[in-house]
Amino acid sequence: MRLLHFFILASTIITFSDVDSFAQPRKEHQLQVDESDKKDGDDLLDILKDTPEKKSYTTAAFKTSRLVNGHSIENTGKGVLDFRVNHRFGNLLNGTSNFFGLDDANTRIGFDYGVTDWLMVGFGRNTYQKEYDGFLKVKLLRQTENKGMPLSLSYMGASSIQSMPAPTLPAGQEYHFSNRMYYVNQLLIARKFNRWLSLQIMPTHVHYNLVPTTPESNDLVAVGVGGRVKLSNRVAINGEYYYRVPGTEQNGYYNVLSIGVDIETGGHVFQLIISNSRAMTERAFIGQTNGQWGFDGKTGSFDAIHFGFNLSRVFTIVRPKEFRGGGDSMY
Amino acid sequence: MKRSIILLVAFSLIALHGNAQKYLTRTGKVSFYGSTPLETIEAINNEVACVLDAEKGSFIFQVPVKSFKFEKSLMQEHFNENYMESSTYPKAEYRGSIENINDIDLSKNGTYDVKTKGNLKIHGVTKEVSLPGKLIVKGNNITVQSKFKVVPQDYNIEIPGVVVDKIAKEIEVTVNSIMQTK
Repeated sequence: MRLLHFFILASTIITFSDVDSFAQPRKEHQLQVDESDKKDGDDLLDILKDTPEKKSYTTAAFKTSRLVNGHSIENTGKGVLDFRVNHRFGNLLNGTSNFFGLDDANTRIGFDYGVTDWLMVGFGRNTYQKEYDGFLKVKLLRQTENKGMPLSLSYMGASSIQSMPAPTLPAGQEYHFSNRMYYVNQLLIARKFNRWLSLQIMPTHVHYNLVPTTPESNDLVAVGVGGRVKLSNRVAINGEYYYRVPGTEQNGYYNVLSIGVDIETGGHVFQLIISNSRAMTERAFIGQTNGQWGFDGKTGSFDAIHFGFNLSRVFTIVRPKEFRGGGDSMY
Repeated sequence: MKRSIILLVAFSLIALHGNAQKYLTRTGKVSFYGSTPLETIEAINNEVACVLDAEKGSFIFQVPVKSFKFEKSLMQEHFNENYMESSTYPKAEYRGSIENINDIDLSKNGTYDVKTKGNLKIHGVTKEVSLPGKLIVKGNNITVQSKFKVVPQDYNIEIPGVVVDKIAKEIEVTVNSIMQTK
């Protein structure tokens, strides 16, 4: 009796559970596919929503590591070598006699390298005063996409040596090697406001070991402002202006204003620029730009508008570890 | 007597709910590969979130687009900035269900071929697709493997003339994710 009772109960439960787990739901599935799918989806979405939000950095505030003449907040990627050729031509508006300045070019050839994601170094050789320059740029703060950090901050330190023949000095005076040297300290503060607009402020200090006359300051303080407006995914317009703080500047020079167009094609970035400076080191274009924009009353011409370009080509030297084996590492 | 009834009820309840398992991972892997004579484009993402309801066969894959890692960092930047526009469309998603879920039992160890149907959302564009895959059940883990092709133009990803020879017409996507019981 007891045993029978047990079997009846057991079979009832099994039958019931059978019906419940197979026959019934299948029917329901067919009848109310939409509703149940929706419910499932929401269920699953809720689970995914628990995923902790990952910190995501804002990238590509500017297309390349230079705004126009000066540095932008961007670094060359880790393990990437950036070969740069820059040209600055002569007077754009002198007409065909010097082919709009193209007869007369200043060149900088340089290499930049990304040591880590936050440190890049570079050096170059300039036509202007046969100058050698080297720099390092360090990312200190990075703008984040969500809440958190509203802007990016980098430090750029550079030094350069001009290698012009030593001037003939009066007897008893000596021309030291250190007289040829310049030092630059610069902070880059930038914010990418949206896809189209990024702005940057560049407080700058330049130290000149030698200045033309004694009353002039060896230390220049300048503040740069710059920005980018993106016209399309591959074309952007950049602008950059450096204001020299009165009292620290040298005589006879002008503030530099440069405007550029960035055009990017795969591994290249071309920057076509117009500027009143023909030099490419900070000490020269920020502190010693000797032409001015617009009509110059003294010479009676537009004598200081120069066309130029920066050309950048990147090479990946050290591959990220995920790709070192080559081939398909997934399967 | 009473005891055995309770035991039976308990067992049948367990049997009923044993299937209602949900599997989850937040470190799933998705990679893609496209190659032309001029350029090979390859990227790996290890931060894919996926969740699967093993009873109903419904699932969601969420891929944070910015987490794709490339061999060339400039390529990675261009991928995000120019092609996927990942600040505007941060996530790619595949949401759907396993069509043949009633023919397979995911509570048993083994390898199962599955057919899935659902909505694949890339670059803000949603397309209905059906994709094949493989589920490998081992204890509390289910591994998802799949290989399928995606045509960038289908998702309004514009490829300009200058690079058209460098980017493959079809991109092969590989999924390999191990999910665990939630």
